[in-house]
Amino acid sequence: MSVISVTDLCKVYRMGEVEVPALCGVSFEIEPGEFVAIIGHSGSGKSTLMNMLGCLDTPTSGTYRLDGVETQNLGDDDLARVRSVKLGFVFQQYNLLPRQTALRNVEMPMIYRGVPAGVRKARAATALRMVGMRERMEHRPNQLSGGQQQRVAIARALVGSPAIVLADEPTGALDTKTGEEIMAILTSLNRQQGLTVIIVTHEADVAAYANRVLTLRDGQLISDSWPPKPTAVAQQAPEMIL
Amino acid sequence: MTTAVSSFRPLVSATYQEDSGEMLAPLDADTGAGFNLTEVVRVSLDSLFANKTRSFLTMLGVIIGVASVVALLSLGNGATASITGQVQSIGTNLIFVMPGSLSGRPGETVAAQNLTMDDYQAISNLGLPLNGIAPQFSGKADIVAPSADKNASIAGTTPTYFTLQDLRPASGSLFDESQSRAGAPVAVLGANLAKDLFGSGTAVGQTVRIKDQTLRVVGVLAAKGGGGMTSVDDQLFAPISFVQQRLFGARTPDGNSYRVANIMLSARNGDDINAIQDRITVLLRERHHLKADGSGDDFSVMNQASMLSTLNNITSILTAFLAAIAGISLLVGGIGIMNIMLVSVTERTKEIGLRKAVGARGQDILLQFIVEALVVSVTGGVIGLAAGALVAGLVTLSGLLTATVSLSSMALALGFSLAVGLFFGIYPARRAARLNPIEALRHE
Repeated sequence: MSVISVTDLCKVYRMGEVEVPALCGVSFEIEPGEFVAIIGHSGSGKSTLMNMLGCLDTPTSGTYRLDGVETQNLGDDDLARVRSVKLGFVFQQYNLLPRQTALRNVEMPMIYRGVPAGVRKARAATALRMVGMRERMEHRPNQLSGGQQQRVAIARALVGSPAIVLADEPTGALDTKTGEEIMAILTSLNRQQGLTVIIVTHEADVAAYANRVLTLRDGQLISDSWPPKPTAVAQQAPEMIL
Repeated sequence: MTTAVSSFRPLVSATYQEDSGEMLAPLDADTGAGFNLTEVVRVSLDSLFANKTRSFLTMLGVIIGVASVVALLSLGNGATASITGQVQSIGTNLIFVMPGSLSGRPGETVAAQNLTMDDYQAISNLGLPLNGIAPQFSGKADIVAPSADKNASIAGTTPTYFTLQDLRPASGSLFDESQSRAGAPVAVLGANLAKDLFGSGTAVGQTVRIKDQTLRVVGVLAAKGGGGMTSVDDQLFAPISFVQQRLFGARTPDGNSYRVANIMLSARNGDDINAIQDRITVLLRERHHLKADGSGDDFSVMNQASMLSTLNNITSILTAFLAAIAGISLLVGGIGIMNIMLVSVTERTKEIGLRKAVGARGQDILLQFIVEALVVSVTGGVIGLAAGALVAGLVTLSGLLTATVSLSSMALALGFSLAVGLFFGIYPARRAARLNPIEALRHE
C-alpha cells in the first residue's frame, strides 16, 4: 500500500477578492522506501505541496492519504497528532532549540507523544548515533557546525519512526561538501533502513540523489520521472538555477 | 487515530558510518496521555532559566507587590492588636471625656478646645460613684537636663491620675495633692525618659528645664513596658495647673478658666458606666449651652468598649486602604508579566512553529506559556511572602509593633499572585497557541 496517496490536490489562496491557485490537480502516489525529490522554481507550488504533505496545511480540494489516514478533513489537533506520529521534518535552517543539547533537541518531538523520559532518552541517543553524532550528544547547537546541526535535525526527524521524512532544502544553508555529507546520510537511511524520504529542493544536484523526481511548474505536476534518469536531471539543471 | 505507525523496513544489510546496524524500533502511536505536566514544567523552567535576568526582573514586580501586601497587612494587624492591647490595659471601668464630637466632621475633634477645668470641677461636684477623676493637659516640648535633652510629651495631671492608671514610683515619690493644687514646679519622669535624660545616674533631686521653667524631679516611675506611641514610660508628669499656666498657656478665650485635653474617670462599678456617661452628657450640654432639641454634642464621652470599636474601625479601614494600594502594585507586576510574555512569544515564534510542526497541539503550547507565567508569578509570590514576612519580623524585632503574618494574608497573597499569573498569562499564551506553524516557522 502506498505511504502517500495524493489525488487531485488543489490549494487556492484568497487574497482579498482575488483567488490565487497555488496548486491544481496534483495526483501521485509514493511507496514505502522511496526517495523522492520535489523540484520546481519558486512560485511553482512546491512549498504549498510541501506544507500539505507535512500536514501543516489542508487542501482546498482533493484528497491526501498519509499512511492510511485521510488528512484533508482533519482539524488542527488531529493534524498535530498526525505530524507527531507519522512525520519527520528537516528544515533548511535546522531549527534546533538553541539552548538545548543535541540530545534534548532530538527528544523534543517525543515529549508531545507522551513517551516516557527513559525511552525518549534511549531513542534520541540511538537516533544521534545513526547520524554519526555519538560524540556530540551533550553539545548545544552553537557548539556544532552547520553540518552537525543538520545531522541532529535529521536525528530529530527520524526518532519517532515516522512514515516519511520531509526535508525542505536540507542542504540549502550548507557548503557543497557538507551538503553532500547530509545527502549521504539521507541516502543511507533510505537505502539501509528503508526510510521514506521526500526532499523539496530547487537544486538539481540534490535532486540527483533521489530515485524519483516530481517536477512542479505553475502549480501543476509536469513530470514524474521514475526510475531516475540522471542525465535528464542534469539537463534540467540550467533551468533550475534561473 | 488507531492506525499503527509503519516501521522501518531494512533493505540492505550495510550500515552507515561507524555505528553499525543500529535501528530504531517502531514507536507505538498511542504511548501516553500526551504532553504531561512534568514535561510542561521542565520546558517552562528551561526557557525561564535561559533568560535569567529577564525572568527575575519580571518576577520582581510580583515580589514587590506580594511583599508589600503581606507586610502592610501584618503591620495593620499588629497596629490593631497593639491599640487594642493599650486600650484594654487602661482598665474596663474607665470613662473618658474629650472635647469635640467624634461623630462630627473630620478634624473637629482635633481642633475642639472647649473642655475646661471648670467642666472638670463641675463633674467632680456631681458626686458620682467614682474611684476617682483626673483631668489631663499635655503638650510636647524640649526637656533639658544637665547632660542631655529630649523632646517628649509633658502631661499635666493630678495625683489621682497615678492612682487610676496604677502608676507607682521606682524611686523618689509622686507629687501630692497640695503640690498639684499649688502648681508646684515638680516633675515625675517615665522610666525611659529618665534613662534618656540622666543615663544610669540618679534623676531624683535633679532639675530639668522646660521652656525657661525649672522643674525639680521628685520621682521616677516604674517601667510599664509595652510598646505604643504614647507610653507612660516616655512621658514627663507635672501638676496640671503648672503645665497649663506656665508651660503651654492654656487659658480659655474668655479668660476665666483653663483648657483640658481630656478628663479620665473610673467608675466604682462597671454597671454604672452608662448612667455615669448619661449624667455627664446632660451636665456638659447644660454647661456648654447646647439646646435640648438634639443638636450634636461638642464633646465626647467614651468608655473602653466604644473607644475600641472606634479605633478598630479606623485601623481596619487604614489597613484595607494600604493593602489595596499594595494590591495595585501587584496588578502592575501582573501587567509586567503579560508584557514580557508577549515579547517572549514574539521572540520565540520560530520555536513555537517548530514545536507545532513536530506535533505540539495548540493546547500544549497554551499550557507551556501559562505554566511559564504561573512559575514566574507563584515563585515571585513565595519570595514576596518571605520578604513581607521578613519586613514584619524586622518591625517586630525593632519593638515598634508585633506584626504577625496571618495565615489568611499568606493565602491572600499567594492566591492573588496565582490569579495574576493566570489572568495575565492567558492572553500571551493564547496568542502563542494560535500561531500558524507555517508562518511561525518562516518567522525570523
